[in-house]
Amino acid sequence: MGYARYFRRNWQMYALLVLPITFFIVFKYGPMYGVQIAFKDFNFFRGIGGSEWIGLDGFREVFANHDFYLTLRNTLMLNFLDLIVSFPAPLILAIMLFELKVVWFKKLSQTILYIPHFISWVIIGGIVYQLFGTQSGMVNNLLMSLGFDSVPFLSDKNYWLITYLLTGVWQSAGWGTILYLAALTGINKELFEAAEVDGAGRLKRILHITIPGIKPTIVTLLIINLGNMISIGFERPFVIGNLAVREYSDVLSTFVYRIGLESGQYTLATVVGLFQAVVGLIFLLAANYISKKLTDESIL
Amino acid sequence: MMSERAVNIISKRSTNIMNKRSTNNVFDAVIIVCLTLSVLACLIPFIHILAVSFSGTVPISSGKVTLFPLDFNVEAYKKVFSDAAMIRSLGFTIFLTVLFTVFCMMMTIAAGYALSKKDLKGRKFFMFIIVVTMFFSGGIIPEYILTRELHLLNTIWALILPGLISPFYMIILISFLAGIPDALKESAEIDGSSQFGTLLRIIVPLSMPVLATLSLFYAVGRWNGFQDTLMYITKPELYPLQLKLYQMIQNSQVSDLMRMEGNAISTVVPESLKAATVIFATVPILLVYPWLQKYFVSGVMTGAVKG
Repeated sequence: MGYARYFRRNWQMYALLVLPITFFIVFKYGPMYGVQIAFKDFNFFRGIGGSEWIGLDGFREVFANHDFYLTLRNTLMLNFLDLIVSFPAPLILAIMLFELKVVWFKKLSQTILYIPHFISWVIIGGIVYQLFGTQSGMVNNLLMSLGFDSVPFLSDKNYWLITYLLTGVWQSAGWGTILYLAALTGINKELFEAAEVDGAGRLKRILHITIPGIKPTIVTLLIINLGNMISIGFERPFVIGNLAVREYSDVLSTFVYRIGLESGQYTLATVVGLFQAVVGLIFLLAANYISKKLTDESIL
Repeated sequence: MMSERAVNIISKRSTNIMNKRSTNNVFDAVIIVCLTLSVLACLIPFIHILAVSFSGTVPISSGKVTLFPLDFNVEAYKKVFSDAAMIRSLGFTIFLTVLFTVFCMMMTIAAGYALSKKDLKGRKFFMFIIVVTMFFSGGIIPEYILTRELHLLNTIWALILPGLISPFYMIILISFLAGIPDALKESAEIDGSSQFGTLLRIIVPLSMPVLATLSLFYAVGRWNGFQDTLMYITKPELYPLQLKLYQMIQNSQVSDLMRMEGNAISTVVPESLKAATVIFATVPILLVYPWLQKYFVSGVMTGAVKG
């Protein structure tokens, strides 16, 4: 079939692609073109093309900045602790839901456990401050009425860390079960029956059939998480953090926002963003490589 | 007559079964208790906020409100609903969310349908262009500069155009569409339907569950989205709900910190009003959620299993 005839038959498909591809070029590749301001002394009057090249001066300035290392450390620290605390939670929940035979209770639990995923970080932030506030938070009121001292959940950096991590579990654990539940339905039922005939208890079945059955999913998710170690959302640390705990709550994304949009240091903020994007890509490719080696499954 | 041995065996077996049953029951009970606790942990924060929103100032400030409202009243809600700026913000957010979701779905369906045709020439190239953006982005500063250069700052378009297609959702759609038998599309085309016609009359009706799921995701993402509103919107008339709520919470958070340091501050937002606003911004999501839940579980699963 000649190209002309092929195109005449399928032009509608290409017509459908015009707007989407334009979108990607303008709004995704446009900013990639703009990344060059990391190497320029950017100002709005001269525009991206007209600003002067400064080479690696921006990078030198960022790498000499104390806050850059602080926010980099915090990003890695919060992500790493999140991995330890938040990663097992959906797995345990999913196994419990899978083991549960009471259908209505299972459905009800799932419905409720998914809800926090649909709540915005701004609202979660508001709720966290009402629950854990030092003066008027519900938890501290309860502690004090039981005769304990109030705990600075939001204004002491170490307690804040706990608040931050638990909030993450609260928000993501329920929704995280979906992938595991999908994988669990794929396990061959006969394996469970055979184990039962052999007299294996339920704990044994979980350890020897259920968990090995979803091991590829666990490993893949773990590797994806490791690959995302350096990328961190903006909203969670921004909304839950505050000035009193900035030593821990200031991360790369909030740093970029602060120096870029609040102080107008566009070049430096772009440098930090570019650093994060490039290192993030390297992490992800490395994670993909490891995943291929370990599980024969490529995540990309 | 049953021999003694037989009775022994039977009783032994039945105690065995009994033992197994009772450990099974214990196991079930443990699971039910753990899940109940998890479910309560999800709900209690909302219940507390709800209780505070309906409570009087005195019991709130003396810290007596936990899960039930004390001095029940609806003053806070009266204030929220009589705040013209808040109502305007709600109206704007609903309008924004609907417009955003409609545009996103049109774009995602268009791209997803075209790219689900496996033998489309150039498909690999288009997919490559799209997938690259999942792994590398210019970052928020170049995005901000682009938005500013396009004169989109302080317009509704700054909150719509940059997010039109999520490559991830598009891939979920493609993997769903790939499961629709080609024979269906071909028979439609033999009957003289154009490719547009096949899309509208066959593909869209068959994909309703996954389309509902993706609509929910886009809509929730827009409704909850906060970072871009903070970056792109400075005009109070265009404040979406999340930005408005954030500023309110922020103000009271600052005053909370200042109170800790011993500085009295006069303009404190009452706790009940904060709570009522949080409920006000959450309820719309909770209203849509149960209707769409049955779709998204299956939708996400097909995406996850195939993708």
